[in-house]
Amino acid sequence: MVVAIQIPGGRTVPVESLFPRLEPLLPLVQKPIQYVGGELNSVVRDWDEADVRWCLMYPDAYEVGLPNQGVQILYEVLNEMAGVLAERTYSVWPDLEGLMREHGVPQFTVDAHRPVGAFDLFGVSFATELGYTNLLSALDLAGIPLSAADRDESHPVVVAGGHAAFNPEPIAEFVDAAVLGDGEEVVGAITEVVREWKREDRPGGRDELLRRLAVSGGVYVPRFYDVDYLPDGRIRRVAPNRSGVPYRVHKHTVSDLDDWPYPKAPLVPLAETVHERYSVEIFRGCTRGCRFCQAGMITRPVRERSITTIGDMVRGGVQASGFEEVGLLSLSSADHSEIGDIAKGLADRYEGSNVSLSLPSTRVDAFNVTLANELSRNGRRSGLTFAPEGGSERMRKVINKMVSEDDLIRTVATAYSNGWRQVKLYFMCGLPTETDEDVLAIADLAKRVIDTGRQAGGRGDIRCTVSIGAFVPKPHTPFQWAAQADWTTVDARLQKLRDAVRSDRRYGKAIGFRYHDGKPSIVEGLLSRGDRRVAAVIRRVWEDGGRFDGWSEYFSYDRWADACAEVFAGGPVSLDWYTTRERDSVEVLPWDHLDSGLDRDWLWEDWRDSVDEVEVDDCRWTPCYDCGVCPSMDTEIQIGPTGKKLLPLTPV
Amino acid sequence: MARPQPDREADVPVQRLRIRYAKRGRLRFTSHRDFQRALERALRRAAVPMAFSGGFSPHPRVSYAGAAPTGSASEAEYVEIALAERVDPDRVRADLDASLSDGLDVLAVVEAVPGTPALPELLTGSVWEIVLPGLTEGDAAAAVRAFLAADRVEVERMTKKGMRRFDARAAVVRCEVSRASARALAESRGECAILRLVVRHGTPAVRPDDVLAGLRVVADLRPPSPPAVTRLRQGPLDEGTGEVLDPFASETRAARTT
Repeated sequence: MVVAIQIPGGRTVPVESLFPRLEPLLPLVQKPIQYVGGELNSVVRDWDEADVRWCLMYPDAYEVGLPNQGVQILYEVLNEMAGVLAERTYSVWPDLEGLMREHGVPQFTVDAHRPVGAFDLFGVSFATELGYTNLLSALDLAGIPLSAADRDESHPVVVAGGHAAFNPEPIAEFVDAAVLGDGEEVVGAITEVVREWKREDRPGGRDELLRRLAVSGGVYVPRFYDVDYLPDGRIRRVAPNRSGVPYRVHKHTVSDLDDWPYPKAPLVPLAETVHERYSVEIFRGCTRGCRFCQAGMITRPVRERSITTIGDMVRGGVQASGFEEVGLLSLSSADHSEIGDIAKGLADRYEGSNVSLSLPSTRVDAFNVTLANELSRNGRRSGLTFAPEGGSERMRKVINKMVSEDDLIRTVATAYSNGWRQVKLYFMCGLPTETDEDVLAIADLAKRVIDTGRQAGGRGDIRCTVSIGAFVPKPHTPFQWAAQADWTTVDARLQKLRDAVRSDRRYGKAIGFRYHDGKPSIVEGLLSRGDRRVAAVIRRVWEDGGRFDGWSEYFSYDRWADACAEVFAGGPVSLDWYTTRERDSVEVLPWDHLDSGLDRDWLWEDWRDSVDEVEVDDCRWTPCYDCGVCPSMDTEIQIGPTGKKLLPLTPV
Repeated sequence: MARPQPDREADVPVQRLRIRYAKRGRLRFTSHRDFQRALERALRRAAVPMAFSGGFSPHPRVSYAGAAPTGSASEAEYVEIALAERVDPDRVRADLDASLSDGLDVLAVVEAVPGTPALPELLTGSVWEIVLPGLTEGDAAAAVRAFLAADRVEVERMTKKGMRRFDARAAVVRCEVSRASARALAESRGECAILRLVVRHGTPAVRPDDVLAGLRVVADLRPPSPPAVTRLRQGPLDEGTGEVLDPFASETRAARTT
């Protein structure tokens, strides 16, 4: 199939399938199936019949990117719109990248193998900052200039989204625009602006299109903002350089999730991927108020999907996909006001059918055995996962993880006496105000869990796995001002903790210990709280071969540290300056002009409360504490109960 | 009181179906594991009443027989499924085909006649077509003559257990150079030679790439771009004629007599 795109100046570029050129390379690479598309429920629409064309990317390997909910939702939403076409692309592994460069094959979509450079919009979803180098690979392979300033009308508009886009400043040089918050509605608004501009024969070129997007107020276009710096390296001010462009850009919030029951027909890959299940988001947002949790802060308020819509989505999604596992997703799934009825209703519907339910992200204090029994009716009772996050009572007060040690012990005792034999516990290391004692308390807790399990279960084969990640302060959280612990401190504490767990033979085999060293978290910290000056570091690392930074076999701390030393040489800033330095209340933060709805003064007070070990309760059940989101975003908490139940499925 | 782990007894199969399917076009890059997952999902989507194994983690009873390597297309792959309820094989063919991606195509479904040998015992030979772009018929024919004239052709292949060295010659029952069709010529965009290969299944299985390695060993035949390989037939090998027969022959006869 050969079609053509018209670009200003009358040049015509044919848009052919790249597959015939890619095909001879595929026998030479690992897992070629990930590059061929053809997934069940994938869509190939006619190129010429669409007037706005989106290429969506998750900038990681296919096996990680394909299950991503955000991309799947937008893919379906866009392809349902009249005159719109959406295709997907993922990062190619270095073996294929090398062959593509050698044979001149550009970055392609997996749906119809069209060149990414031929689309109107290139939307990239960043769940983590560690995908930034992969963005550069994709742009370069697509033939799109890395710097947004070097692009012209023939290049797609590069739009960043996802949680990392709440501070897109480190990639401001590489993207044309960034969108904050829920994507379902705003992709339609962006599509309309592009459609209109194309219909008018592209007046004012690329600059005018970007201006139209920026003045809408819901799209951040970095080029229309100037950043000035103080001699000591801090930001002096960020201000628009174009009239009509707003001082602050707001996040988007979908108020009724029942209006957006996506994904309806999830993509079913042929290749093996990290999640092989049908996932339904049962609510969005979280107000538990954990101070380290960026997701909980930037997705407020809580908006529940109704039990009826959840039931309909599960029925449709399982039917359309053939998946055997259904994941009920959210930031804290047991907090849904009707979770008991949802779990019982679904367990009844799928009794004896080999469809199993899972509930990721369950809080210790929201767990109950009735719920757990419903969830494991068709499945196994192998392990339960909880995230106390902090080892000591004091630490949990600092992070506002309002779970006491007794809560945890009570919960695991119940679980063990009901037949579970393994509990996984997640913790963080390097939290603000943390001392060695706080981390060593993790060992005591794990030992108490094992003792409790041995007593309650009356058996010896009880296990507890402790997983520990290094804490990274994130923008738009109370810890955005905090000093990140340096990696040597984190590594030393983890070492002491490991020794403490291993020292006692009674627990040696019962307690598993999983952790990563602290170095990758420092790089994540740089990219999370960095400003526009970090772009040069990302580019340097990429030029030096940096790819797939989320993968330990590809990640190189030294490469990042060397690039920082080189780029920042002679200036006031450094890798340490961005990561291990505490900020004060008056410092202009790189993302202050990006509005997540949270009141800056409230965030600061919450940060001070944190240091004073003062806890804040959840506003779903206690009065509003004025975080600022609902009034500034004109939204409200949307929770049940609706009182409805799920009816049995009638066979068709 | 500890509740017992969920458990179930094995279903008693009441019907066994044999399925022939094709792996075509870009989906020839599916690995055998990829196909297994896709088939099990498609069986659920098509609501085929599978018989499940018992125990802690029940799984549908599916028996796979030697799969074509990742990257090779096939018109003749076989699998057997055991069912807990009787169904119409033609209905399963249509439903299952609709539930699999285009390119994984269900060609035939027959009810296994009780007492016929298991699939791996029936599938003793394969016919392969290998399109070699950029090579002339003459080059290919000379290499094939040299290969067939040898008693033994040692080749190497990386397996899960490391590099293995074995004879690729003995398993080759026939190997002919056939005239390139107009379609093959168009697809390869220029000169190409086509091999038609009959191979006896054994251990280690000699695959088309092993034969190509053998042609490189005996005649330094090196295709300038990757060959396109397709399994055309799979079934009982008639040692007398060197033909590969239909593995569904007894089922077809049984269907005719009822």
